[in-house]
Amino acid sequence: MMTKPELMKRMVKGPDGLEFEVDPLRDYYCEAPPTVMPGAYIQIVEDFFNWARSQSLWILGFGTGCGAIEMRPLMTPRFDAYRFGVAWRPTPRQANLFIISGYLSTKTLKRAIRAYEQMQNPKYVIGLGSCTINGGMYWDSYNTIKKLDEYLPVDLYIAGCMPRPEALLAGFEEMKKIIRAGKAEGANQYAENFAWYKANQKRVIHDWDMPDYNW
Amino acid sequence: MAMKELYARLKALYPLGELTDQRRDLAFVTLPAAHLRDTILHLRDKEGFTHLVLLTAVDWLEEGQFQLTYLLNNRQRACDLGLRVMISRDAATMEGIHDIWPTAATYQRELREMFGIDFPGSPRIEEEFILEGWNDIPPYRRDFDTLKYAQEAYAERPGRVTHDPETHMRLQMYPGQHPAGK
Amino acid sequence: MDFDWMKIPYAFLTVFIVVNYGFLMGALIQKIGARAGRRHGIPIWQYYLDVIKNYGLRSSITHGVMFYLGPVFRLSGGVGLLLFMPVIYGSYMFSNFSFAGDLILALYFVFFGTLGMALGAGESGHPHAAIGVTRGLQQVSMAELPFAMAVFSVALQYQTLSMTDIVAAQQGGLANWTLFTNPIAVAAAMLAFLGSMMRPPFDVFIAPQEIPIGPPTEYHSSYLALMQTNRAIFPVAKIVIYMNLFFGGAGSWPELFVKVFFLYLFSAFVGVCFPRFRVEQSVRFFLVWGVPLGILSIMVV
Repeated sequence: MMTKPELMKRMVKGPDGLEFEVDPLRDYYCEAPPTVMPGAYIQIVEDFFNWARSQSLWILGFGTGCGAIEMRPLMTPRFDAYRFGVAWRPTPRQANLFIISGYLSTKTLKRAIRAYEQMQNPKYVIGLGSCTINGGMYWDSYNTIKKLDEYLPVDLYIAGCMPRPEALLAGFEEMKKIIRAGKAEGANQYAENFAWYKANQKRVIHDWDMPDYNW
Repeated sequence: MAMKELYARLKALYPLGELTDQRRDLAFVTLPAAHLRDTILHLRDKEGFTHLVLLTAVDWLEEGQFQLTYLLNNRQRACDLGLRVMISRDAATMEGIHDIWPTAATYQRELREMFGIDFPGSPRIEEEFILEGWNDIPPYRRDFDTLKYAQEAYAERPGRVTHDPETHMRLQMYPGQHPAGK
Repeated sequence: MDFDWMKIPYAFLTVFIVVNYGFLMGALIQKIGARAGRRHGIPIWQYYLDVIKNYGLRSSITHGVMFYLGPVFRLSGGVGLLLFMPVIYGSYMFSNFSFAGDLILALYFVFFGTLGMALGAGESGHPHAAIGVTRGLQQVSMAELPFAMAVFSVALQYQTLSMTDIVAAQQGGLANWTLFTNPIAVAAAMLAFLGSMMRPPFDVFIAPQEIPIGPPTEYHSSYLALMQTNRAIFPVAKIVIYMNLFFGGAGSWPELFVKVFFLYLFSAFVGVCFPRFRVEQSVRFFLVWGVPLGILSIMVV
């Protein structure tokens, strides 16, 4: 399976003349599987954190499909999502909310999984548009997945093709309610059913050239 | 008019097929694969067709042939000429034109991946283009059953319904009316 | 030298007040910037929520010791700057640990945080972090140059390196402020101020959406929260230096709040009016406009 030369184990000569062995998959990634991380021991603290999390949604700026175009107007004066505590972050490390915006080809799914796994617990996923729900207009395509929750734990779907930015704002409000109720435990769900998710992912991604878990 | 004149000039040099005069500024012409390179070089150097717009393929499954279309553009006279080449469908191979236009190499990679047409010697032709780890026959071939593949490969959510848009909207907007009544 | 232990809780109180003020003022400035773009902007308490959220994240990963120390250095840069200067002039409670040569220390601390980030981001293993840090350091060092010259000019003018003495020399009316006694130095320093406030037009190297290669790329959870806390303290601390050196210092907290706010507003005002410079453009800007002004101010004194 490992066909890419940059991922093969090899000898590298450093600038100081020393030769050493590099095994990218072992050296550059952490392969420890995710663990279930319980919330704070005291319920009221956890509720407080959940309240703060719901008011500070940081979205990963990763547009997977055509729906990404619906996110841009949200930053503009007309919709101005910032006033709801929604902001966009450039890196998965800092983001909490992953919006799968539209269809996911298997190639993009691979990147989406990597980005999702690099986000920190707790993390949330919103499926935007019909394509993430049942394939939408790509229901008979040869390279797009049709049911997102087989591959990533989805907290909320926003239906439409494409949903308008208003629908997205309503979705954020709905997401906040879910988080405040303490029901947005997607990351732990992912950790609990890790084997099942991985099996599903590997069924559609044929050239699996990364570790099973990469952060 | 200009296209007709151009066709007449070319016809004197190469064995061309029929001219399809699509528009004032767009025409197609069929020619044998062996003469493609000479014709393209002539068009580029003598006739001012300096730009390769695209290179694509059509699968004529019933005839057992692939049609390659090389669309060339003359910037000076603002007109396009499409060269059509028919090649055999099984063990489809074609001479590359990446030395004439380097951009063609990308089209050739795509054609190899999507149609399975080989262009020996084209740069990075062996590499995957956009599909990663494809394990079936090339997906743009017409004998590839897209629906069947999608059903087998990707999990489905039950309950999907398809409506004919016209009938559905009529029922929505004028309930009680017979769907077929116009 | 007798050391008064009571100063320690007072210093903590200073930091506490400044953190809260920094959060609220930062959000207010954001809001003003948003208003200029005809948006409502973030809620005024947004930064508190972000910080609580980030402290409340359950998982965090590390890339090594320096990765930990990066945000810590940065925070200590901000806090250190604050603690070693007289925040409120004439107040025993809030003069903190200022001493005779504190101006030199302050100059050093302004730079300290960025250096810490450079070390930490280098450890993160992100291939582009080094580039991001280099760009940041390049610009900050260039912006420091006119400021350092202005500081020398002021030190020459008042013949002292103690901030308390400099503030004392400016008391007794508007006309005694350095702003009016040494306008060229203030002009040079204000250019440097724009460059080091991390707002447009000099914020390309931290603009994450445009170049996702900046130093903080790998930072998350508590690390990021530490850095955010510093983002609240550091600008205030830096503005307090400017206020002390050039704008007569502050005799009370309300006076400090008002002066700091207007100084911050100055950079925000420039920020919404002008587009961003690229790093090499801003380097040239500081060399062409900032440095000659700084030299001139020293010559005049």
